[in-house]
Amino acid sequence: MADVALPSGGAVRRSLLAGNALPLVIFIAFALLPLIAAFKAEAYVLSLVTRVMIFAIAALSLDLLIGYGALISFGHAAFIGLGAYAVGILGAHGVHDALISLPVALAVSALFAWTTGIVCLRTKGVYFIMITLAFGQMVFFIGTSLAPYGGDDGLTIRMRSTLAGLPIFASDRALYYVCLACLLGAYLLCRALIASRFGRVYRGARENALRMGTIGFEVYRFQLVMYVIAGMLAGLAGFLLGNATDFVSPAYMAWQRSGDLLIMVILGGIGTLNGAIIGAAAFLLTEEWLSGLTEHWKVIFGPLLVLVAVFARGGLIGVAARLQGMLRG
Amino acid sequence: MSLTLFIVQTLNGLQLGVLLFLIAAGLTLVFGVMDFINLAHGVQYMLGAYLAVMFYGLTGNFLFALILALGAALAFGLILEFAVFRHLYDRDHLDQVIATFGIILFLNQGVKLLWGASPLSLPMPEIFSGSVVLMPGILYPVWRLVIIGSGLAVALILYLLVGHTRVGMLVRAGATNAPMVSALGVNIRRLFMIVFGFGTMLAGFAGIMIAPILSVEPGMGDTILILAFVVIVIGGIGSIRGAFLAALIIGLVDTLGRSFAVDILRLFMAPSPARTVGPAIASMLIYLLMAVVLYLRPAGLFPAKGRA
Repeated sequence: MADVALPSGGAVRRSLLAGNALPLVIFIAFALLPLIAAFKAEAYVLSLVTRVMIFAIAALSLDLLIGYGALISFGHAAFIGLGAYAVGILGAHGVHDALISLPVALAVSALFAWTTGIVCLRTKGVYFIMITLAFGQMVFFIGTSLAPYGGDDGLTIRMRSTLAGLPIFASDRALYYVCLACLLGAYLLCRALIASRFGRVYRGARENALRMGTIGFEVYRFQLVMYVIAGMLAGLAGFLLGNATDFVSPAYMAWQRSGDLLIMVILGGIGTLNGAIIGAAAFLLTEEWLSGLTEHWKVIFGPLLVLVAVFARGGLIGVAARLQGMLRG
Repeated sequence: MSLTLFIVQTLNGLQLGVLLFLIAAGLTLVFGVMDFINLAHGVQYMLGAYLAVMFYGLTGNFLFALILALGAALAFGLILEFAVFRHLYDRDHLDQVIATFGIILFLNQGVKLLWGASPLSLPMPEIFSGSVVLMPGILYPVWRLVIIGSGLAVALILYLLVGHTRVGMLVRAGATNAPMVSALGVNIRRLFMIVFGFGTMLAGFAGIMIAPILSVEPGMGDTILILAFVVIVIGGIGSIRGAFLAALIIGLVDTLGRSFAVDILRLFMAPSPARTVGPAIASMLIYLLMAVVLYLRPAGLFPAKGRA
């Protein structure tokens, strides 16, 4: 959280730059990548990195819950599925415009987050993990039973969304920049939320919910609002994913996908926001790289995760911070 | 829905229930006593099945295969405990999740490398391979009855071990308050190792017993792991009694739900939507049950720790 709290004193300018250097580098890299990719295997690179950015949005939203609220959700992939199914089902009925499908995706995610949040937030710790898993599984099974929309096999999205009739998602490069804009927006929103008074109360509840209650905050309501916001952001990721893959299936909401999201956030370093983006990139790119090397890439990837868990406290961000500390002496 | 079908499905539900109990018992103890989330518990179950297939191939005798596979599963579990888990007991739950998830990936792929991706099968012992007439008109496979019987026997042994021995007393004390037990001079690391080894062996045993009627394949532990977590959460973490009861409930609800959901829905729905919605509702039933139980009792049916 060090990068979020604003420093005071004479070094404000320098520290501000230091705290923002990493996200600046990340976003500039994302913005310039298509220019470099234009020379080599453009379609492949664009679709891979678009995927990375979409999952980064979902990971960011999960980090809001895990890193800042100690609310470990094991059913976060459900929101991605809801967002993607909103695009798919509306598309199947001939509604392709993002002005309709995006609000619907967000509204469905928000409604699901709100109704399940009321139940989930009654529990704590491991029980919270399991009850979010339960709701995630319920959505998964609803997806498999949607026979008119493909059931188990999923649903092909024939046409990407348009915006007020304009085909802004039509080319891969346009979709790439739309995803980048969404990621940037989500990132800035998360930072603003965390730094706001609302965010401070929410973070306070992570440290000591009882004390926050005693000084007059009903933490449950703060957590519920954050749960809804995180759900909507993941729903946005689902909306983009549906457009990027032209396909949606219940597999998007399987518990393994929720596990993947958790791994991304932990791998990057929880409670840092930057870590969520880096974790999503590290996870998906390593997966892509190893699966190109050998069919049995999981034999390598599994032990890598174990090594990260045992040796890399605080994820990749934590390791980087310690290396930096060592270099400074 | 005929009575015959109902009886057979109830027995199938019981069989799933005891199987879940075998897996959940170890999971709930490891979780309750060591506060350790072991996602890799499901692959121990898978490993038990694979080891049994391998040793059966070597010895050609089910009993030898059972004993050797149990020993190997125990040894493997202890190696994992020594090499990886031991370093994670004091750590955040999230670190444990990521490490054990890594082990799942590794082992699922590892068995694919060693034994191939196609499902294997384990022949059941000759004497138990037939069916038995339970009632006029109801034939039931003997092996499923053997599974139910051995599961109940393990439950009884566990009850005696945990309820009436010194080690069991320490385990119960550990589930309630591990630091206090340690402060009283008990070697908590050794207790952890015993609990862990025992849990591993039970999961392996479940895998071996189910191998003759299920196909042995990579990833077979993943689904059952989630079910086992549902069981221990409903039962209350750290409670063997809770795990037993919850396992039987889940086994019965899931099996009966899957067989009769469509029939029940047809009582008040048109047949065609009932056929689409039925299976989905049946699959959701246990998760609905878990949500309801946790809503009413946020720490499960029999919370081991004093706090509610």
